[in-house]
Amino acid sequence: MTSKKKENAQVISQEKITQDIYSMWIRTEAAAEAKPGQFISMYTNDGSKLLPRPISICEIDKENGCLRVVYRVTGKNTGTEEFSKLQAGDAIPVIGPLGNGFPIEKAVGKRAFLMGGGIGVPPILELAKQMKCEKKQIIAGYRNAETFLRDEFEQNGEVYISTEDGSIGTKGNVMDAIRENALEADIIYACGPTPMLRAIKAYAEENNIECYISLEERMACGIGACLACVCQSKEKDHHSNVHNKRICKDGPVFLSTEVEI
Amino acid sequence: MMNMKVNIAGVEWKNPVTVASGTFGSGAEFADYVDLNRLGAVTTKGVANIPWTGNPTPRVAETYGGMMNAVGLQNPGIDVFCERDIPFLRQYDTKIIVNVCGKSTEDYCEVAERLADEDVDMLEINISCPNVKEGGIAFGQNPKAAEDITKAVKKYAKQPVIMKLSPNVTSIAEMAKAVEAGGADAVSLINTITGMKIDINRKSFVLANKTGGVSGPAIHPIAVRMVYEAANAVNVPIIGMGGISAAEDAIEMILAGASAVSVGTANFHDPGVTMKIVDGIEEYMERQGFSSVDEMIGIVK
Repeated sequence: MTSKKKENAQVISQEKITQDIYSMWIRTEAAAEAKPGQFISMYTNDGSKLLPRPISICEIDKENGCLRVVYRVTGKNTGTEEFSKLQAGDAIPVIGPLGNGFPIEKAVGKRAFLMGGGIGVPPILELAKQMKCEKKQIIAGYRNAETFLRDEFEQNGEVYISTEDGSIGTKGNVMDAIRENALEADIIYACGPTPMLRAIKAYAEENNIECYISLEERMACGIGACLACVCQSKEKDHHSNVHNKRICKDGPVFLSTEVEI
Repeated sequence: MMNMKVNIAGVEWKNPVTVASGTFGSGAEFADYVDLNRLGAVTTKGVANIPWTGNPTPRVAETYGGMMNAVGLQNPGIDVFCERDIPFLRQYDTKIIVNVCGKSTEDYCEVAERLADEDVDMLEINISCPNVKEGGIAFGQNPKAAEDITKAVKKYAKQPVIMKLSPNVTSIAEMAKAVEAGGADAVSLINTITGMKIDINRKSFVLANKTGGVSGPAIHPIAVRMVYEAANAVNVPIIGMGGISAAEDAIEMILAGASAVSVGTANFHDPGVTMKIVDGIEEYMERQGFSSVDEMIGIVK
């Protein structure tokens, strides 16, 4: 059955929240089924830019059928720059929700780390809002004092901040913040740059902690057909029949022990 | 009622639209977006005799009006393909074209032989992938090698054989003639054009494979020209592809001499695009007074 399609979502609001990070609410059918940790494919209206931009979902408002995306403008004449110029009422083509999302139910009764780094911070917000767990410890890593979404995190758990320049919180990265605050967890959810995820994966495996990481890779189709965005899997993957998993379809969230990064 | 049917080497498609191998998997992921029953044929992702891991990532990059890929023909191997993908596609009323890849003549022949008793309609032999080091394009850039591999595969294949040609050659007409001489039942073209993209900030290649195949609207005029040249060189039917993203592009290919068309990169821009292309061809025919696709093929001389 053809139940899905590329849809023209409507921009509800657009706000610049740091030097290069924007927050946009869109009204979209994708909101109805969306879960924390999933993403949407956003398309430009520029015919020279064909491929969708996979953007993580930052907040879900099911009641009003809206999604919030918080994204970084990656440079001049980029697709994300075009997105940043959209205003309320403009149309933006999207498909989604895509990917598997975080297995939020696994956190029940546990002490959890919700870790985000850089532009991996936004999906942690909806995760924090929906998560029911014993102890909700949100650890967000930033470059500098532009600690976007921090106030919203404060309303949803205990917040620990790291900044690369040391301007706020722990100087260093999210792992430094864990050590400095002597934090402990039974389960970890994380999204961020690969070096950060690699460190978290190693920490989780050393301490035998269940850990879910959200990976990123350049994508083309976004729906699992083209095999562009694969990551290496520990075991032979059931679908691919080789040691590769599709980040867009089998992920973007993986149990850390399933994948080699 | 317009006659949208085309006959490709004895196989009747309900309309002239299929998908370019590698952009559509085996159709399962697109089935939510596309009514597979409305495609003339589904052309699968290339499959080899054994599973292939493919290239390291990044495997894709965007280019102006197009993209590059160096996936490297990752595939689950013919056994899984036959168990899973053929039964899936058989649920739909569409023709099945299996794209076959290999590293040696024996590899291609082994897959063709394995498929001989399977319920598939056509084979497309990929001798033109620019992203694998052995096989692939090695057969596709030399007319003698292309003719020989065609002859070899034809010995084992029970279904009509489509030879998929590379644009990375001096004369596409010569390559088309070579595979026709080898017994090809049809030809498809063009595969991607080898390209390169450099990240000036990281001062390295964007793709892990260094080079990749360029596809998308940016290459469409090159593809139209090559389809025209091939159509004027051979008598077997031609499946035209290269940057088709709308019905107008598909019609151009048909007027240039293609009997059918494949939609590739455009599936990434809009997963439902093939349906719009089928409808758009029909609308054009009505508007222009064509009663069948056959009347349109190669009329621009």
